[in-house]
Amino acid sequence: MEKKSIEDLQKICTQLRRDVLRMVHAVQSGHPGAPLGCAEFFVALYFDQLRHNPDFKMNGKGEDLFFLSNGHLSAGWYSVLARSGYFPVEELKTFRKLNSRLQGHPATHEHLPGIRIASGSLGQGLSVALGAAQTKKLNGDDKLVYILMGDGELQEGQVWEAAMYAAHYGVDNLIATVDYNGQQIDGPTTKIMDLKNLKAKWEAFGWEVIETKNGNDLKSVMEGLEKAKSLTGKGKPIMNLLYTEMGYGVDFMVGTHKWHGSPPNDEQLAKALGQLEETLGDY
Amino acid sequence: MSLDLKFTYTEKKDTRSGFGDGFLEAGRRNPNVVGLCADLIGSLKMGDFQKEFPERFFQTGIAEANMIGLAAGMTIGGKIPFAGTFANFATGRVYDQIRQSVAYSDKNVKICASHAGLTLGEDGATHQILEDLGMMKMLPHMTVINPCDYNQTKAATLAIAEHEGPVYLRFGRPSWPIFTPTDQKFEIGKAWKMIDGKDVTIFATGHLVWEAVVAEAMLRAEGIHAEVINIHTIKPLDEEAILESVAKTGCAVSAEEHQINGGLGDSIAQTLIRHNPAPLEYVGVNDSFGESGTPTQLLEKYGLNAENIVKAAKRALERK
Repeated sequence: MEKKSIEDLQKICTQLRRDVLRMVHAVQSGHPGAPLGCAEFFVALYFDQLRHNPDFKMNGKGEDLFFLSNGHLSAGWYSVLARSGYFPVEELKTFRKLNSRLQGHPATHEHLPGIRIASGSLGQGLSVALGAAQTKKLNGDDKLVYILMGDGELQEGQVWEAAMYAAHYGVDNLIATVDYNGQQIDGPTTKIMDLKNLKAKWEAFGWEVIETKNGNDLKSVMEGLEKAKSLTGKGKPIMNLLYTEMGYGVDFMVGTHKWHGSPPNDEQLAKALGQLEETLGDY
Repeated sequence: MSLDLKFTYTEKKDTRSGFGDGFLEAGRRNPNVVGLCADLIGSLKMGDFQKEFPERFFQTGIAEANMIGLAAGMTIGGKIPFAGTFANFATGRVYDQIRQSVAYSDKNVKICASHAGLTLGEDGATHQILEDLGMMKMLPHMTVINPCDYNQTKAATLAIAEHEGPVYLRFGRPSWPIFTPTDQKFEIGKAWKMIDGKDVTIFATGHLVWEAVVAEAMLRAEGIHAEVINIHTIKPLDEEAILESVAKTGCAVSAEEHQINGGLGDSIAQTLIRHNPAPLEYVGVNDSFGESGTPTQLLEKYGLNAENIVKAAKRALERK
């Protein structure tokens, strides 16, 4: 894939946000907040970082792989997959509807290209990504494995089982990113179950930790992922703490957990879309 | 009184050793076979594989949820992971991980579960899972296998390595008669009629297949001719074999080291009720937990031995 200019990538971010809002609005269900906050990450990953083939093969040999552990960001992931050629953009209109390949949470069951594992029940993705990364090593495949997790998701115990394992085995072909937006369904993470010092936690588990302080600035996100890639192959798993704002891009949605799992109504959608220019054409 | 047994044995061995030896052989046959174990390598008899293929074996520590996820991930790129731990930790503890990452995602993971059932013995009820077959058979995509002795477990282990899709393989700890042939062909989903009979059918799985063989001889001494069918594959269930046998005998007994709720007997009952509602009696654990004791003591106390199969067969016959 030809490298795109940062302006072009920015346009994709804006379109992704429009897609997400229209998708959850159409079925009046889904999770708009987090994918709005992760638009830059999704676009930087799929249009700049990943060495991947939209002509999808489940085994992913010779490709970088991406796993979405916080499966409720499905609307954002589906948008970036469609916009990068995995399946027709038109199919986004089937999101969460009966007989769709675009399930509420990502699934392999309906054979949607781009998805290699089901996610939704939280805390499982890191283990899966580690298994895939170790298979790459066994196969002599030098490509990387990426994974995105939510910060609230880190409250699940399995994540820390996996964290311990990754360092023990020196799984250094894996780049994990945490969407560090400080919000979860019931409120701010500091109130619900405080994550305290995440950087120190991952470092104590034996990971190489980098921080991307402005996760909604495309250039910063790209630089962060580039830096993460430069740290692979050195015996440690890589953690990229990505500071984002839930609901970013829409003034009345930003920075609150209220849009974690609630769709906009007609009026709210119109207002939100008014703040996001249609750049690539709506589905 | 000495019994005229249709199957006999000269040696006893644990079924987990059948798994361990089959696993090593599967590893030699196919370089994509890999192993994972959550700090029970010795108990699962996975040590020989680990020694011969150290780069293909992953000790996960006491972290079963992570182990299941790792195994699911390892299939992406073509590995065939055998993930081993005690049956309790291989199912109930990680049900959601198996459900989402393995079964729903249709991954080629082999969940290898030792120390299942009461015959785990002295460790007691915390470890004696009696609900695992039910949990696993309820999962779409899952194949569920419960072999009866060392030889059958070894053959089953080799067979699942060649089967594409998620499998739950259940085996156990006690030293048990080896009464099935060495180097047998194991056909997943195909019941094995071990003894022909005309009066009543005994459908048995796991360690209780041996008890069924003994029960058949006891019944025959009283002039009752039981058919014994080895149901090593709980799912997919060989309904054809079940219906064909019950059409002939007219009544049946199910025998398993598992809760009656959700076990093999339930699956057989579902089959009979739809096609041929003949009398069926259950030999299984009746809605209770186990306790510490020797395997033989426990099978007796909880009503799972040959004597209880005989009693159940007579009850079934009376209802014909």
